[in-house]
Amino acid sequence: MLPVVESTAELSNEEIRRYSRHLIMPEVGIEGQRRLKASSVLLIGTGGLGSPLALYLAAAGIGRIGLVDYDVVDESNLQRQVIHGQASVGALKVDSAERRLKDLNPFVQIEKHNVPLTSANALELFAPYDVIIDGTDNFPTRYLVNDACVKLGKPNVYGSIFRFEGQLSVFYAKEGPCYRCMFPTPPPPGLVPSCAEGGVLGILPGTIGTMQATEALKLILGIGQPMIGRMLLYDALEMSFTTLKVRKNPNCPVCSVPAEQVELIDYEQFCGMPAHDRSLYRTGDAGAPVDEISVRDLKARLDAGEDLLILDVRDPHEWAIVALEGTLRIPKGDILAAKNALLAGRKLRHETVLAQIPDDRELIVHCRSGVRSADVIRCLREAGYRNPMLNVKGGILAWADEVDPSLPKY
Amino acid sequence: MVSIKIPTPLRPYTGNQAQVEVSGDTIGAALDDLVRQYPELRAHLFDGDKLRNFVNVFLGEEDVRFLDGLATPLEPGDSLRIIPSIAGGRGASHSDLASG
Repeated sequence: MLPVVESTAELSNEEIRRYSRHLIMPEVGIEGQRRLKASSVLLIGTGGLGSPLALYLAAAGIGRIGLVDYDVVDESNLQRQVIHGQASVGALKVDSAERRLKDLNPFVQIEKHNVPLTSANALELFAPYDVIIDGTDNFPTRYLVNDACVKLGKPNVYGSIFRFEGQLSVFYAKEGPCYRCMFPTPPPPGLVPSCAEGGVLGILPGTIGTMQATEALKLILGIGQPMIGRMLLYDALEMSFTTLKVRKNPNCPVCSVPAEQVELIDYEQFCGMPAHDRSLYRTGDAGAPVDEISVRDLKARLDAGEDLLILDVRDPHEWAIVALEGTLRIPKGDILAAKNALLAGRKLRHETVLAQIPDDRELIVHCRSGVRSADVIRCLREAGYRNPMLNVKGGILAWADEVDPSLPKY
Repeated sequence: MVSIKIPTPLRPYTGNQAQVEVSGDTIGAALDDLVRQYPELRAHLFDGDKLRNFVNVFLGEEDVRFLDGLATPLEPGDSLRIIPSIAGGRGASHSDLASG
């Protein structure tokens, strides 16, 4: 394949010294290094994948690196987002990343875009860059990145991670399939594993992000076989790498139509979920409203000596981190499975965990932040519960914030 | 027997089994056997009799949509793989809002 970048830029003597390990390889050489200097890459997200991506691309001598991220560094990011450090907690991620990258390679130009990526700004943000790298964490943004890349004719270096598994591909509609050829529609919100049920091995984004950086370099230099039309699956537990074929869908709603006809849509509506926490999107049928109780009111009722039944629907490994005393503990997954078995007529109520959950008195349900517990209340209603059920607003995180600050938050 | 590789997001419904052995001489029959063994999976894979369109099933390295779909014949010892849509990467705390 031809290099994505045609132009080259002159190297100073200092740069020639810095990049000597590249220059002595014929596959890169002085021409390749000049090409890297003339190239530009836009990183969507400066988090788990974005950290190794930005570090290695800057070190390799990419001329211009754009960073799109509106978030600030949080302590819980540092388990995997190695571009940031303790001293940057509370700082904008783009500022923190810029400091580190400038120290690593002062010859690289860093462009900061401290905004959420949206359908309104994507085309303008992407246009000045040669390669777009998707290191986001949600479906609406992934579909947006894909469609904008197809429309602009730019390669999208895709990486995605979950727990111990990663995926890598290059979606470049000019040369092969796009993300929508493989994943035409997103899974509905209810079937997407949540972050709290998810988690990720901190090293995993390092593995996938460095492979994305490799693919970006190959595209810019026009060397090797890029991952166009292929998807790599990585399983860290098995330490296995599997490659699949990704074929161009001749009826793909996005990459089979002329680029100028591709319209960016409302991706939050499309996926049924918000893309970021400044989004105004609220999930519609994620559910019927449930009655709520604040942690302060819950505390007041407990202090008043009421005998309350509190159901904790988090998973056992979360109970091990922190839990309220005297709660009934049944994971959401078990309750959902029991409801399904009951409604499908495979089991009777007394044969399931529902037998442990009374239907004749008030239930107070909590989880980490209040989302799973609301799902459980809706699920119990479906299973026939008609007793009053209250969702603890903000979950155990709110309890730690407002009632008992000695508790750890996770 | 045919093996089906289960992706992490679906393992809660297979008793955390990463790989399940099933019988069936077509992909459709193999998946039927899978959901017979693990009924909780059905809603995640099927919409009625049809495979949900965000569920990707691969036979070897080929997407079965580009073979014969559910009618694709299987040989004993074949391995199927369900490929999940996963979106993680940036890993920010804000996803809590969506999923808590």
